Amino acid sequence: MQPNSNNITTLYPAGDVAWDTLRSVAPHEPFSAEAVAFLGALSARLMRDPMTRTLPDVATFAFFCRKASLERLRQRFVSPAELRLGRGVVFHVAPSNVPVNFAYSLVAGILAGNVNVVRVPSKPFPQVDAIVRALTDVMAEPQYADTFGNRMVLVRYDRTSTATEWLSALCDVRVIWGGDQTIATIRQNPIPARAFDVTFADRYSFCAIDAAAYLAQADAAAVAEAFYNDTYLFDQNACSAPHLVVWRGDEQTVLQAKERFWSALHDYTERKYQLAEVLAVDKLTAFYSQAVGMDIRREPTPDNLIWRVETDTLPDNIDRYRCKAGYFTEYRIASLDEVAHIVNRKYQTLAYYGFDASELAAFIRTVRPQGIDRVVPIGKTTDFDLVWDGYDLIKTLSRNVTIL
Amino acid sequence: MTIEQILDIPPYSLGREDKQALLDARLGELTRHHAAHCDAYARMCRAAGFDPEGSYPYQAIPFLPVRLFKEFELRSVAADEVVKTMTSSGTTGQAVSKIYLDRTTSANQTKALTKIVSSFLGTSRVPMLILDSSEVVKNRAMFSARGAGILGFSMFGTKRMYALDGEMKLDLEGIQQFLEQHAGETIFLFGFTFMVWQHFYKELVRTGYRPDLSRGVLIHGGGWKKLVSEQVSPEEFRARLHQVCGIEHVHDYYGMVEQTGSIYMECEAGHLHAPVFSDVLIRRPGDFTLASVGERGIIQVVSVLPESYPGHSLLTEDEGILLGEDDCPCGRKGKYFKIIGRLKNAEIRGCSDTYAAKFQ
Repeated sequence: MQPNSNNITTLYPAGDVAWDTLRSVAPHEPFSAEAVAFLGALSARLMRDPMTRTLPDVATFAFFCRKASLERLRQRFVSPAELRLGRGVVFHVAPSNVPVNFAYSLVAGILAGNVNVVRVPSKPFPQVDAIVRALTDVMAEPQYADTFGNRMVLVRYDRTSTATEWLSALCDVRVIWGGDQTIATIRQNPIPARAFDVTFADRYSFCAIDAAAYLAQADAAAVAEAFYNDTYLFDQNACSAPHLVVWRGDEQTVLQAKERFWSALHDYTERKYQLAEVLAVDKLTAFYSQAVGMDIRREPTPDNLIWRVETDTLPDNIDRYRCKAGYFTEYRIASLDEVAHIVNRKYQTLAYYGFDASELAAFIRTVRPQGIDRVVPIGKTTDFDLVWDGYDLIKTLSRNVTIL
Repeated sequence: MTIEQILDIPPYSLGREDKQALLDARLGELTRHHAAHCDAYARMCRAAGFDPEGSYPYQAIPFLPVRLFKEFELRSVAADEVVKTMTSSGTTGQAVSKIYLDRTTSANQTKALTKIVSSFLGTSRVPMLILDSSEVVKNRAMFSARGAGILGFSMFGTKRMYALDGEMKLDLEGIQQFLEQHAGETIFLFGFTFMVWQHFYKELVRTGYRPDLSRGVLIHGGGWKKLVSEQVSPEEFRARLHQVCGIEHVHDYYGMVEQTGSIYMECEAGHLHAPVFSDVLIRRPGDFTLASVGERGIIQVVSVLPESYPGHSLLTEDEGILLGEDDCPCGRKGKYFKIIGRLKNAEIRGCSDTYAAKFQ
């Protein structure tokens, strides 16, 4: 059986893919010595590549895969009392617009002990090229080729291909990144009876800042850079990017904190971000749409880089009012409980500054919201972790073998 | 000044200061009218921190992105006063703009268009050759901006003939007969830029038929987007048409369904002109401040006509450059400008859906 090979490009391996035997390759235990050695070598290879210095997201990925980091992850994710094995073949559909995400998905599949088929973005990215090149180089060494050569396939194909249908029929787990519509489209292709989907759908994220703590402790420029990385770095279009900023504190303190925060962010954005012209029109459109639906006022900003929308009431459907590329609704609270009513299943990340972890845990325990899978400091929202969207990817992508 | 009085002003007769005063008064009046009669519009003004009752130049009036007319039913009259709903020509599956017209606004659109076009075509009606197929107007399912444009301009024609048949083939015999019947008369030709090029110019080239249209006046619009791939400039468009049919007077126009009537005509010098009934403002994408003469930016259009919907001040998604004001070599007063084209789509990063559109 072969996929519709006219429309499918194999990025790895270089030669023919042994599709027929893919399902027969034995799984590994999570964090197997082979997997850790291979990923460590991949990391080292990437770190040696001068290209990596020009691609910060590849550098971050290389850092994630280094031996020491994997060792720490093993401590967190492997319980010696449990016997686990990879589920078999994992088919990953990576998002088309986050260049490095495919590699993290692949690493999760490898660390859980699986054989992986990854569909990389169809759009060309230097990040994808750099990682594929490094991977191919590492595999050229016999010690990795022998242990890992037949455990992964990287493909690229467009909508004319029937590869999704074919790969879906082949897999034990299908991992779909990329939003509600993508998921619906991919799900039209059946998977085997025992297989299942792990889906990363459209999400909404927000941010909470304690105004007094921010004014007392923060290095405004550092927080601005961190917040920039949460938002503008991916055009405020990553699932984890905050769209709503809630400020805790009294009116006066919040006013001061806001001024400092937004002016520092503006300084940084002005140097780093190029706003596409059409997105300025998008922001204005989003603003007037929001104005029809709820009571808001625009807080003046020097230009269109940052749009700030103030509101005194927080409607349940606030997650509908969002835009890309730097559009923020702001709301003042005295206590975190005041946002409990807006949190629905769509909520993914709560980014924070000036809150204690214990206080945040207490909030989640008391409110027991249907959404919010991650609560992370500002600047960390896009950091990949093996727990994502509430899934422990190692546990999800492996099976527990019980011996009594 | 009432709208009736404004519509009596010759379309290219007001200098900068007079036009400023006229637009300040009329657009201020429209802003107050819409704020009072369209709740969504009032909410938008309030959110923007704009007080319709205050005193302001027309440049300060909020400009609504045209896309809002796809999202909301924006009306400033009761539903039963709507006599016509205009829709934009969206491609299949896309939302279309809905523009609600009452009797007054619809009539004023016609008056404004008449004043503008007459100043190019003369005040008496003339034989009209429509460079399109009658199907576009007959077939209600296809009825769109193209059909509306043809109907709107048809009032300038005495005898009308569609130059294309149902299969978009040029009716050479029919054209020849029509021209013989009207030998010696001014002929008004009308069509959409792309249709004129694709189905008229190219067919003349292909067939070798060379009608004498030296007394013709061609008015065409709808944009150059489809011609960009063919790399035809406006100058070349005129020159090549002249080669195949001897036509001297070719006028592009810029207009949109959201502000029908108060269109921008191209003069003999190749510049688009704002008539008394409307104006263009070029905004800097970075902060929406007004651009200088010669600086490219996003086009805002204002019009004195819209009473039944809050569309008197709109932000388009087109880019343009203001070339000057009151000093075009053609002698017309008012601003003159050129269009660069649609704003480019942005390449957005991030994980939200972009896959589906490409892969379904």
